[in-house]
Amino acid sequence: MKSSRIRILTTALVVPFALSACGSSPEDQVGTDGKVVITVAIDAGLEKAAVDAFTKRAEQFEQANPTVDVRTQEYTWTAATFTAQLAGGTVPDVFTVPFTDGRGLIERKQIADVSEQVAKLPYAGALNPNVAKAGQAADGKQWAVPIAAYGQALHYNRTLFRQAGLDPDKPPTTWAEVRTAAKQITERTGQAGYATMTQGNTGGWILTTLDYAFGGRTEKVDGDKAEATIDTPEMAEVLNTLRAMRWQDNSMGANFLYDWAGINQDFAAGRIGMYVSGGGNYGNLVTQNGLKPEDYGVAALPLADKPQAGVLGGGTLAVVSPKIGDRSKDAAVKWIDFYYMGKLTDEQAAVADAKTLAETKQPVGVPTLPVVDRATYDKAQQWTKPYVNIPLAQMKPYTDKMFDQPLLTEPTRSTQDVYKILDTTVQTVLTDQSADVAALLAKADADVQNQIGRS
Amino acid sequence: MAVQSPVRAAPATAPREPGSASRRRSPVSWVRRGGLSTLLFLLPLLIVFGVFSWAPIVQSVVMSFQRTNLVGPAEFVGLDNFVQVLTDPLLWTALENTLWFAFLALLFGYPIPLVVAVLISEVRARRGLFSALAYLPVVVPPVVAVLLWKFFYDASPSGVFNTVLGWVGLGPWQWLQDQGSAMPALVLEATWAAAGGTVIIYLAALAGVPADLYEAAEIDGAGIWRKVWHVTLPRLRTVLLVTFILQIIGTAQVFLEPFLFTGGGPANSTTTLLLLIYDYAFANSLGGDYGAATALSIMLAAALAVFSVVYFRLTKSWSGS
Repeated sequence: MKSSRIRILTTALVVPFALSACGSSPEDQVGTDGKVVITVAIDAGLEKAAVDAFTKRAEQFEQANPTVDVRTQEYTWTAATFTAQLAGGTVPDVFTVPFTDGRGLIERKQIADVSEQVAKLPYAGALNPNVAKAGQAADGKQWAVPIAAYGQALHYNRTLFRQAGLDPDKPPTTWAEVRTAAKQITERTGQAGYATMTQGNTGGWILTTLDYAFGGRTEKVDGDKAEATIDTPEMAEVLNTLRAMRWQDNSMGANFLYDWAGINQDFAAGRIGMYVSGGGNYGNLVTQNGLKPEDYGVAALPLADKPQAGVLGGGTLAVVSPKIGDRSKDAAVKWIDFYYMGKLTDEQAAVADAKTLAETKQPVGVPTLPVVDRATYDKAQQWTKPYVNIPLAQMKPYTDKMFDQPLLTEPTRSTQDVYKILDTTVQTVLTDQSADVAALLAKADADVQNQIGRS
Repeated sequence: MAVQSPVRAAPATAPREPGSASRRRSPVSWVRRGGLSTLLFLLPLLIVFGVFSWAPIVQSVVMSFQRTNLVGPAEFVGLDNFVQVLTDPLLWTALENTLWFAFLALLFGYPIPLVVAVLISEVRARRGLFSALAYLPVVVPPVVAVLLWKFFYDASPSGVFNTVLGWVGLGPWQWLQDQGSAMPALVLEATWAAAGGTVIIYLAALAGVPADLYEAAEIDGAGIWRKVWHVTLPRLRTVLLVTFILQIIGTAQVFLEPFLFTGGGPANSTTTLLLLIYDYAFANSLGGDYGAATALSIMLAAALAVFSVVYFRLTKSWSGS
């Protein structure tokens, strides 16, 4: 009796392992018509017109590349879901990741080495070197293609500014002005004057942005050694400013658990006067959150009057799944070239892209930082000028200064872990009136040091 | 019994196998006596359980001793993951929060369904309607319910709950936006969402209480409270004990509410054990700490299993009715 049970149990345990042990090596997926099939990422939750625009671009690509069958898959990078998707192998064949993940993914070979294909692209040598670094392996090979770069900016609601008696054409240029404007907006409109992200590692992202803007840094890296530098006068100044806005001015609204999607949603709904996020956020606000264009304004991030003060910048890399074969890899890089890079480097493609977007009433001309050299970037701006359909004049306070502000990269060691620790710090300041800033910083510093030391 | 008889018969007929117990049957006799068809009928069930239940459990036990990102090769690290989890200060915060949630959920979530069930069973007319109303929240998909309540919990004076409070001169309250009130707010929603299921279980149990017991109590002059205390509760004892342990196990594994409402905030005040496990595994986009996540999962499962055994041992004498 006992032994037969053991036998059955053994079978039950062994069979599933045998089944799950069947791994897969990279191979091409070929349809019955002989076309190579690739799945490409499309932003999740797009409005219908945006999906139409995307589909149209995919059709144009298939016409130009008759041997490729493009299929779309909804995908948006978030820190929490990405690991699960990557481990579970459910990412599309072509997908995007932030700059901060590039090096780690390359080192662990979690993305395909497409450097050979990328090197053949006509603009391979014209990539902005600072930006190209994010997608390079240690030996300098370009495994991932930088497709967009951003610098943080101060987004504001012009309608709320007007209602609060502020001049929407003269947004704040210092943090003292931000504070005054926020107070005025709350007092006169009842909406949050200034809000900030706090959740899902975005709290740390924005706190680091403010730290940079006040002249601080979150870590000091020297070769292999990294030191946490959270407990600094700059970071204390940032937290004290937030604390004063929250508890003295009461100008930060009533939600202290915002993530990126949540804050965009509330800003587009007219519930937030100002917030800090990537300078190219207009596209998301319009296509996914129904922002009214006349409400929108964006200004350069106010920087402290210190030589070290700068704007945190980052960007997006287009990468290829390691699970696909060579033919698919070729097709995947062609798609990256066509969909993401063509509009930045080739007149015909830029015009086609802008035209499609404009026809489907999608934003054209959103200000972003160049991923290619400045000359190519300026040319591309000229090509698409006739199709620009966004209120560029309302973005002047940002576009006038965006190339002059010093751009600083995100922390390189354990970026997401550092951000997660800082989430708690900023949440504590905003939800506990008696929070001890000095103690909070000392703790965060120790936690970050512990984290950097471990990885 | 049919399975047992050949086992006893085996020593007489089966040839001796070196190294094996003399009671062991030979494969031939096993096949002859229908072992194959038994296995064949069992197979679908075994495969389904094996693939979807046992394999992940065994894999996670193995993984708790490894360092892996699920892509590259895994490396065995002994008890490192357990040490790492046990020395993480956040573990104790999470444990405290989970116990706090469990306590609040017991305080509100345990008696309320019982009271509702007793009330419904006492109502003569429209009992079906009341049962349906009590069960309704269970039908609402949990994510939808949470998003709805998030909207209710809006901490601005124009939030739904704050508007209602405003009518009676209270608030605005901070609800999810305050470290002190966030957890009770989660419990309130969780109780609302889960009570219906327990109400139905109690109602079914109550239907099994013989009516003549109540009649006898009434003749003896018992009012509603004495009837509940002396007839209903003793009769529901077994069900109450089971729902109690189920509730403890359920609350120890609370994840959905803190994950969707607060993400563990503000300032970790709603970080529960399961959310911590999730964070270990998924908070870092570059491959989480799956070893630590599984180590904590195993420890939680072991603790709950021990608790269940102790609980049933202790209450064994009470439950036999």
